[in-house]
Amino acid sequence: MPLARGAAVADNMGAEESRMRQHHDMGGLPGGPVARQEHDYALWEKRVDALMVLLSQRQLLRVDELRRNIEALAPDAYDKMSYYERWISAITHTLLQRGVVTSDELGRAMAAVEAREAGR
Amino acid sequence: MSAVEPRFAPGARVRVRRADPPGHIRTPWYIRGHSGEIERVCGAFPNPEELAYNRPGLPAQPLYRVRFRQRELWPDYAGAAADTIEVEIYQHWLEPAR
Repeated sequence: MPLARGAAVADNMGAEESRMRQHHDMGGLPGGPVARQEHDYALWEKRVDALMVLLSQRQLLRVDELRRNIEALAPDAYDKMSYYERWISAITHTLLQRGVVTSDELGRAMAAVEAREAGR
Repeated sequence: MSAVEPRFAPGARVRVRRADPPGHIRTPWYIRGHSGEIERVCGAFPNPEELAYNRPGLPAQPLYRVRFRQRELWPDYAGAAADTIEVEIYQHWLEPAR
């Protein structure tokens, strides 16, 4: 997929094209079919959405920071992750960058959740 | 809120700067280097490139809606010659064009 996109850009932009397009910036490239049917959201996805709203209201995160952290994903991760997986990844990185949480706190909390789930 | 003075009025010819800096850039890649015409001044807003790093983004940058010919953007464009596309672009990405 990334190779096909690269080829499309080269065709479109001509031989002078040696510049760097960021992976997410795919306007004008083939994007594949659009799934037109309605779909439900999983509980965790609704929670991610709520987290984003609450953090914005408390001014702990800006949508521009969220976008920057989504755009910073490696191309492979960007393509493989779902919409809300990209969001929770970007929310996490924003909170780490701002010092709202530390890696150590996060690591311990994640381990505690894993232990809790394993004990069910 | 402090704001940069608008440089362009509706109808002015402008060219989008050709640059590829890292960071959060709201000027789409496909439009860079192309020339169009100012359709309207949308107002002035804090620079999202700065907001993306949790800085104030001031003085605010004028934002324009710029109109381009589809034929100029896409060499293989099959639609009508008069078809246009409008893109909202911040002033610091624009320079005067003939």
